[in-house]
Amino acid sequence: MLAKRIIPCLDVDNGRVVKGVKFVDIRDAGDPVEVARRYDREGADEITFLDITASSDNRETIVHVVEQVASEVFIPLTVGGGIRTVDEVRRMLNAGADKVGINTAAVFNPEFVKEATDRFGSQCIVVAIDAKRVSGDGELPRWEVFTHGGRKSAGLDAIEWAKKMADYGAGEILLTSMDRDGTTIGFDLELTRAISRAVPIPVIASGGVGNLDHLVAGVKEGEADAVLAASIFHFAQYSVGEAKQYMAERGVEVRL
Amino acid sequence: MAQTIAVIDYGMGNLRSVAKAVEHVAAAGDRVLVTDDPGQILSADRVVFPGQGAARDCMTAISEHHLNQAILDAAASKPFLGICMGLQVLMASSEENSGTGLLKLLPGQVRHFERNMEDNGPRLQIPHMGWNKVHHIGDHPLWRDIQQDSRFYFVHSYFVVPQDQNIIAATTDYGVDFTSAVAKDNLFAVQFHPEKSARDGLTLLRNFVQWKV
Repeated sequence: MLAKRIIPCLDVDNGRVVKGVKFVDIRDAGDPVEVARRYDREGADEITFLDITASSDNRETIVHVVEQVASEVFIPLTVGGGIRTVDEVRRMLNAGADKVGINTAAVFNPEFVKEATDRFGSQCIVVAIDAKRVSGDGELPRWEVFTHGGRKSAGLDAIEWAKKMADYGAGEILLTSMDRDGTTIGFDLELTRAISRAVPIPVIASGGVGNLDHLVAGVKEGEADAVLAASIFHFAQYSVGEAKQYMAERGVEVRL
Repeated sequence: MAQTIAVIDYGMGNLRSVAKAVEHVAAAGDRVLVTDDPGQILSADRVVFPGQGAARDCMTAISEHHLNQAILDAAASKPFLGICMGLQVLMASSEENSGTGLLKLLPGQVRHFERNMEDNGPRLQIPHMGWNKVHHIGDHPLWRDIQQDSRFYFVHSYFVVPQDQNIIAATTDYGVDFTSAVAKDNLFAVQFHPEKSARDGLTLLRNFVQWKV
């Protein structure tokens, strides 16, 4: 049986890891290569880089980051953030990425997902969905897809959108709850479960992890295939190894 | 003695990770050569044969690069490591693309995972993608320092069914117990990606570059 995956996520701005990494045992906590190496040593199953570089002049930087990391870290690597064209997907794959995350570009041009999966195969295309609860208290739960960091609704129902992206060939869904992102109160489990049950492809839960019980819940109650977290690992609150050990003790199959 | 390790490049998939991982475990002075030149493949001390993509596309690319004979000769004469499609195309034929003839080095078929396989309830997803257990069948120098049932990284929708049970070096359970590694004389081939399988993957590659057949 496949193991549930633990995926640390690094936000990279102009080639540097941001959101303050506080490891004591690495020399340069802003260096994506050093941080990735550290996560690999701890047993991460995969690493995701989110390029948040604002200026398009500096977009080339992430390609070099991927090249460097892929030369030293031998686990699957995913890169996302601002990828809009088949050429950009190819550049990332050639640099050493195994999967490419597509978010906003999928919303504005769903055919792009089809094109990319036809060209490179479903296994390397991850569609990232930022979802926000739009139903009021007492109503049936409903979530919509948001863009621009959760500020603008795309007017799409998140569950229907996830199904459509799976039909278009997406290999995985990276699902972020915009209500929970940046909080430490745990995944939106209802959302995670609703999407996991709706699509035949793996779902990566993201947004809101504050402790190890949240990771367990993402898999057990959210029915996610993988859990992604940033801050609990960056601040060395927990190591990836501790997280996996904790999950294994609670009956989650992980790679130890 | 410094050696040359050829990584066969026939334009199917990104070989960068494979080459980097082999470089990572090779001894100082060893040369890792990514090449589509039959001469270089035949003069190398060891050969790594990776590959991604559809069976028919792989076979077409191998033909276009005039590599059929070089691959067969290398697989018959020196330490040879097939990875993913580099395992599958060694078989006789594949169900992929409604039937594709392959290199026919090993008798047997390449089959698709059944749709809607059940495994304790939840539907199994295809491709089989992620970390699964590799169960060694018997000892082999390439399993040295790798624990029984360690997890390796897989990405595939088809699997090999060798006719000769004796060449099965490992199996993996995904709805069906399928062959995840084969071994025959100087040849070893795996369905998973050692270049993406963290420490155990690197151990296997290191065992390969040190393998004395």
